[in-house]
Amino acid sequence: MIEQLSWKVGGQQGEGIESTGEIFSTALNRLGYYLYGYRHFSSRIKGGHTNNKIRVSTKPVRAVADDLDILVAFDQETIDFNFHELRDGGIVIADAKFNPVIPEGKGVALYAVPFTDIATQLGNPLMKNMVAIGATSAVLDLDAAVFESVVVDTFGRKGAQVVEKNMEAIRAGAQYMKEQLDGSTKTMKLAKADGKRRMFMIGNDAIALGAIAGGARFMAAYPITPASEIMEYLIKKLPDFGGAVIQTEDEIAACTMAIGANYAGVRAFTASAGPGLSLMAEAIGLAGMTETPLVVVDTQRGGPSTGLPTKQEQSDLLAMIYGTHGEIPKIVMAPSTVEEAFYDMAEAFNLAEEYQCPVIFLSDLQLSLGKQTVEPLDYDRIEIRRGKLMNGELPPLPDKDNFKRYEVTPDGVSPRVLPGTKYGIHHVTGVEHAETGRPSETAANRRAQMEKRMRKLEHIHFPTPVHKQLRHEEPDLLLVGFLSTRGAIEEAMERLEQDGVKVNHAHIRLLHPFPVDDVRPLVEKAKRVVVVEQNATGQLANLLKMNVGHADKIASVLKFDGNPFLPGDVYTKCKELLAQWPPLKISAMM
Amino acid sequence: MATFKDFRNDVKPNWCPGCGDFSVQAAIQRAAANLGLEPHELAVISGIGCSGRISGYIHSYGFHGTHGRVLPLAQGVKMANRDLTVIAAGGDGDGFAIGMGHTVHAIRRNIDITYIVMDNQIYGLTKGQTSPRSAAGFQTKSTPHGSIEPALSPLEIALSAGATFVAQGFSSDLKELTSLIEEGVKHKGFALINVFSPCVTYNKVNTYEWFKERLIKVSDIEGYDPSDREMAMQTVMKYDGLVTGIIYQNKEQKSYQELVPGYSEAPLAEAELKMSKEKFAELVAEFM
Repeated sequence: MIEQLSWKVGGQQGEGIESTGEIFSTALNRLGYYLYGYRHFSSRIKGGHTNNKIRVSTKPVRAVADDLDILVAFDQETIDFNFHELRDGGIVIADAKFNPVIPEGKGVALYAVPFTDIATQLGNPLMKNMVAIGATSAVLDLDAAVFESVVVDTFGRKGAQVVEKNMEAIRAGAQYMKEQLDGSTKTMKLAKADGKRRMFMIGNDAIALGAIAGGARFMAAYPITPASEIMEYLIKKLPDFGGAVIQTEDEIAACTMAIGANYAGVRAFTASAGPGLSLMAEAIGLAGMTETPLVVVDTQRGGPSTGLPTKQEQSDLLAMIYGTHGEIPKIVMAPSTVEEAFYDMAEAFNLAEEYQCPVIFLSDLQLSLGKQTVEPLDYDRIEIRRGKLMNGELPPLPDKDNFKRYEVTPDGVSPRVLPGTKYGIHHVTGVEHAETGRPSETAANRRAQMEKRMRKLEHIHFPTPVHKQLRHEEPDLLLVGFLSTRGAIEEAMERLEQDGVKVNHAHIRLLHPFPVDDVRPLVEKAKRVVVVEQNATGQLANLLKMNVGHADKIASVLKFDGNPFLPGDVYTKCKELLAQWPPLKISAMM
Repeated sequence: MATFKDFRNDVKPNWCPGCGDFSVQAAIQRAAANLGLEPHELAVISGIGCSGRISGYIHSYGFHGTHGRVLPLAQGVKMANRDLTVIAAGGDGDGFAIGMGHTVHAIRRNIDITYIVMDNQIYGLTKGQTSPRSAAGFQTKSTPHGSIEPALSPLEIALSAGATFVAQGFSSDLKELTSLIEEGVKHKGFALINVFSPCVTYNKVNTYEWFKERLIKVSDIEGYDPSDREMAMQTVMKYDGLVTGIIYQNKEQKSYQELVPGYSEAPLAEAELKMSKEKFAELVAEFM
C-alpha cells in the first residue's frame, strides 16, 4: 500500500499525452487525492517529446516528485528520456507496438501492453490513451469505473456510444494488465483518499478567477506562453459581467489600453511573460508617473530574449522591480501557492487603487501551468477597496481651475476622480506636473511631487508579506524562496530536519517594497541563509543582501536549466553547502 | 449649453506663433460646443510631440500619454466609459512612425473614437528631422542629402485597413475642419481625420501657401461619393493625397462596442464589482 505515487505519461506532442494525463488526474482528484502535475513540452504543436508528470498523494503536495513509480510510454524516446527518474521497483508500461526495451541493471519491470492494437480492435486507435489509463488502474488496484464521470465529461458531447467505447478501452487495458501483473507490483496499491471533492486547476486559472473576483471587468492582452490561459478564461467569462477582453496588436498596446481603462474607472489589467513585460516597461512608467492604478501579471519563463519559452525560470524579478526608466512607486507581489494566487490577484486590484500605482503580480511557469488540487476558495474573504476614489457630486471649482488630482497629502495619495465627473476636470500627463496635473518643471514642484509619489508606499499595508515556517528560535539554516519553489523547499526542509539540521523557511510574497522588518529578524537569528531560486545570478539573494545586509552568511542554490526544483535538488545542495561552510563559491548550481 | 469658450483654459500653448496646431485646438473646441457637449463629457487623449500638448490646452478631461501610444490609451478610455466622447490627437511621427502599428489596428478594430493627426511632415519638437510623411528628397537634419524613403499615404493605408471614416482637413480652413471633427465624433466607429497643420519653423517646403496652391475639396469633385471606397482610393491616388473633406464613410458597419458579446450598455466604469455567492460557486464548480 502506498500513500503517494509518482506517475508519468510520455510520447510525441500532439498524440494525446495531455488528455491522458488530464483524464487520469481528474479522476483521481475526484476520489479525493491531492494531485500535482507538471508538463514538459516544447514550443511546437506537433512532434517532439512531451510528458506529463503527476504526483498523487493522500496529503497535500506542492512539488514535482524526485523520482517515478510508473512510466507510461507511447514511444521508445519516452523511455530513453525518462528512465533515469524511475526508482528501484518502478515499472514501465509501454505500447507493445514499438517493441519497447529498457536499460539493464536497474530493478525496473517492463510491461508491454498492446495499447494501439487493443484500441484498434475496439474501433479507434486514438483510444490507446484510454487503454493506457486502464493498464495503470490495474497496477493501482483502482476500479475502472472511477474514470467514468471524467470520460462522460470529456466525451459526452460526442454521444453515449463514444463514452461507452472509451470506457470499454479502459476496461480492456485494465483486464490485459491484470493478466500480466505478478506479485512485485502489489506494493503499488494506492491507499484510499478522503473522497472530498476539491478544485483541480492550474495557477493561471486561479489568477483569472481571482481577477474576476477582484472586480476586473476589462483586460487587454497579447497571446504568450505561459500567460495565455488567463486571457482565454476572461474572454469566456467576462461577458457574464458586462466586461470585455481585447486581444491587442502587441503588449505595448495591451498595457497602455489597460492604463486608459483604469484611468476611466474600470478595474483593468494585462497579463504576459518576460518578452511582453520588456515591451510594457515604458507604459508601466506612465502608470507610475500619472498615478493610474494598473495590474500587470508576469508569468515568468526561461529568458533572456525568447529564451526557454516553455520552461520554468524566475529571472524577471529585478527587472520587474526596477524595469522602468526613472523612479516610480510600484508594488511587486508573488504568491507562493495557487490558493494565494487567487486571493492575491483579487487584492492586487485593491492595492493598485489604494496606492494609485502599478502592481506587478509575479508568477512563474510552474505555478502558472502546473495543475494541482486546490483547497476551497472562500469568496467571503474578497474585499473591494477603492482608496481615495471620489464618489458622488463634487463641489464647483473656481472658474476654469483644475481639480487637484495630484494634491500633496501626508500619505502621498491624492483624491482621484474619473473622467466624466462634473467639476472634476484635471490634466493627466507623463510630464512632471503640479497638483492640478499641469506640466511644471520647477525644482520645488519636482521635489514635492517626487516625494509625494515615493511616500505612498512607505507604510504599505500588505497582509502577509512573508510566508514563514519558523520552528526554531535560532536555526542552523534559513531557507528563502519565492513563488513555486515553496513545495520543494518544504520537503527539503523535512529531510534536513531528519538529519538534525534546524531549519526555518521564509517565502517572500511581497518583493517590493521589500518587507525589511519582517525578514531582517529571520536572517539575524539564522546561522546561515540559503536562497533557493530559479535563475543564474541569485536575484532574490541580492535583493535580500541589499535590504537586510548579512551578505557573509547568505548563499544561493540556483537552477536555470528550465526544469523545476525537485525536493532532492534543494536537499542535496543544502547538504553540500553546509558541509563546506563558509561556501567557497557563493552558489551551488544545479 | 457650453460654448466654445467653455472649452478654453488659461494655459498658454508652447507652440510657435503661426503653428497649424492652434487651428486644430480651436476646431476641437468649436466642434465640442456645436455637438452640445459639456467640458466634463469630453476626454482628449494625446501623444508626444508639439501636437501632443493639445490635451493640456483644452478645458476638458485630458491625458497626455507616451509617444506613439495615444490610440491604445484612448481605446482603453472608451471601453471603460462608452458615454464619454473620446478624441485622440497627435502628430504624424506619433501616429505614422512609432505608433503606426496601433493606428492600423485601431482602424480595423473600429472602436467609436475620433483620431486627429496633426500632420506637418516633420519632427518639430526634436528640432527638425524627417518624418514618414516627408516627401522623398526632403532635406532635414536627419536627411541632409534628402530623404531616401518615400512618404507614406495615411489615407490609402486607412482605406486599405478597413477604415469606416476617413477625412482630411487643413489648418487654414477652420470651418471645414470643425465640421469634419463634428462628423467624426458623430460617426459610430473609428474616425481618422488627418490635418495638414504646417510647421512654420522647421518645414520650409510644405507651407500654408504650398497647401493652398495644391489642395482641392472632394466636395468640388463632380459626382464624388464618400460612400464609395473604390472612388475614394482612386481619388486619393489621383491627387497624391492632397484632398480635403470626408474622403470615405461607411455608415453601415457596426462599431466594435456594438459587436462585443455581453458588453455592458452602461459605462463599464459603473459595473458592479462584486458577484453573488451563487455565481462564484458556479465558476468554482467548473474546476471540480
